Amino acid sequence: MTVEQAVFLFTSFLILFSGFMMVTRQNLVHAALYLVVALFGVAVIFVLLEAGFLAVVQVLVYIGAIAILMIFAVMLTRGDVSQEQEPVNANFGWALLLAALFCFGLIVLIGQWPAIDSQAPALDPEADTVLDLGAALVSPDAYVIPFEVASVLLLAALIGALVVARPQKKNPRSAK
Amino acid sequence: MSFINDPIGFLAEWITNFLSGFLPEAWVIFIVTLLGVIITASFGLIIVIFLIWLERKIAARFQDRLGPNRAGPYGLLQTFADMIKLITKEDVVPEKADKLTFNIAPILSVVAVLLIWAVVPFAPGWIGTDLNVGVLYIAAVGSFGILSILMAGWSSNNKYALLGAFRAVAQLISYEVPMLITLMVPVLLARDMGMMTIVESQNLWYIALAPISAIIFMVSSIAEVGRTPFDLIEAESEIVAGYHTEYTGMKFGMFFAAEFLHAFTIGVIFAILFLGGWRGPGAEEFRLLGVVYLMLKGLLGYFIVMWVRSTLPRIRIDHMLAFNWKFLTPLSLMLLVMTAILDKIFGDTALRLPLLLAGNVLVLFLGWLALRWASRRQTKTRRVFKKRPVAKPA
Repeated sequence: MTVEQAVFLFTSFLILFSGFMMVTRQNLVHAALYLVVALFGVAVIFVLLEAGFLAVVQVLVYIGAIAILMIFAVMLTRGDVSQEQEPVNANFGWALLLAALFCFGLIVLIGQWPAIDSQAPALDPEADTVLDLGAALVSPDAYVIPFEVASVLLLAALIGALVVARPQKKNPRSAK
Repeated sequence: MSFINDPIGFLAEWITNFLSGFLPEAWVIFIVTLLGVIITASFGLIIVIFLIWLERKIAARFQDRLGPNRAGPYGLLQTFADMIKLITKEDVVPEKADKLTFNIAPILSVVAVLLIWAVVPFAPGWIGTDLNVGVLYIAAVGSFGILSILMAGWSSNNKYALLGAFRAVAQLISYEVPMLITLMVPVLLARDMGMMTIVESQNLWYIALAPISAIIFMVSSIAEVGRTPFDLIEAESEIVAGYHTEYTGMKFGMFFAAEFLHAFTIGVIFAILFLGGWRGPGAEEFRLLGVVYLMLKGLLGYFIVMWVRSTLPRIRIDHMLAFNWKFLTPLSLMLLVMTAILDKIFGDTALRLPLLLAGNVLVLFLGWLALRWASRRQTKTRRVFKKRPVAKPA
């Protein structure tokens, strides 16, 4: 077993463990913290795949966002966040069935995928993946349209947030 | 390769040769890397001891005092005395605190700062790891710091600590925006995100090409560290001590050390991005000189942080947020677009410096206009109180 395999096994175990802990915790903040561990593990997997850029973005976006998520968990839940509540309700059986079906379907689908047991081609050690990614994002042959559409969507979200948050001006006529 | 020119490389080679005699190659790489990690991390932690003394001395000069002067010559041993005091203090954990989170938070805050040192280029060839996304890595690692503050504030089970943590997250996440945008300016100029390439491409220091970006970076970095005038997260008169209210002994000491190290680290990052890093006469030849240059430039940045700290009072929270979103962010966005266009067109010509400088001056002028407009508007809308009769002696 190489060092990379050992790291991969350890990280995968950590991701699965903290993912399980996350959905079973009754305390919302604890769940958010376990989510951090799981997402950090995914960043480690990205590093193992030599996708440094994605790993860094994963940490930047998700771990920064978790802090905000925790704030919402504290602010929007009533009273004590750590109150003990039963996380299971009457729909538990249906949810279990759906999840099992979905999992089974995924396994079948991935198993039929022809590329499943082929080796990935080795990365060119000279290639700068960040440079290639940047060029692909703005090249007309590659991803420029999704990139621009995403930008417009984000801009629309920003403006929408501003409109919602803006204090409403009192209409001078109705005020009189 | 001789010892004088490259002592660390020489030692690394010697250790590698020594270990390869009786260990497989993978183990040798592991041990040498581990030694490098230990040296880099200890360097950061040891320099804190000196920095605390330096800051107390300089802050004292600003305030017309003497500062520490009892323990050792010039009070040099004061920090050691404080450390021993902190270690021997009783470790109090609040009964209703979330124990595990409470104890992890101070460790995470130190780790978040130390991680930055992994991509600091000390001298030619001396860098922890030359990531090709080095600049982005610095920003990413910063989010661990935010997380540690929130963990500390929440797990203390103290309303002041929680309020401090909320303020911290509002402040740090807001100021991350202009900091990230101005971080992109050296990346644009160097056409690479690796820290080593950014230093090597600075034949002309980038502070000459992007002075306003450098200032915005400095300001938003000070806000990221949470120092005066941005120290609302631990404003004593409002929220006791903010997120570390409940911490005692060395756990508090770790937050304290992390803050000092972070302040110096932003000085070093500023030096790398805008002041040419290790570059200086003779640094290519004698690498230790490069470290000396980097540390001197970093101390200059640190001195600016201290200077601002001793000069300005704390600002109000709505002013702090408005200053970021309504002034720094638009200004840095304008600078980024301006730099991108001018550098793309004139990047290789002699016109690069004068045009970029002119663009900076133009953006500065626009910023000044915006500030003047805002201040006039504020005077107009100032609340006018009704004149009240003044009590007069009969």
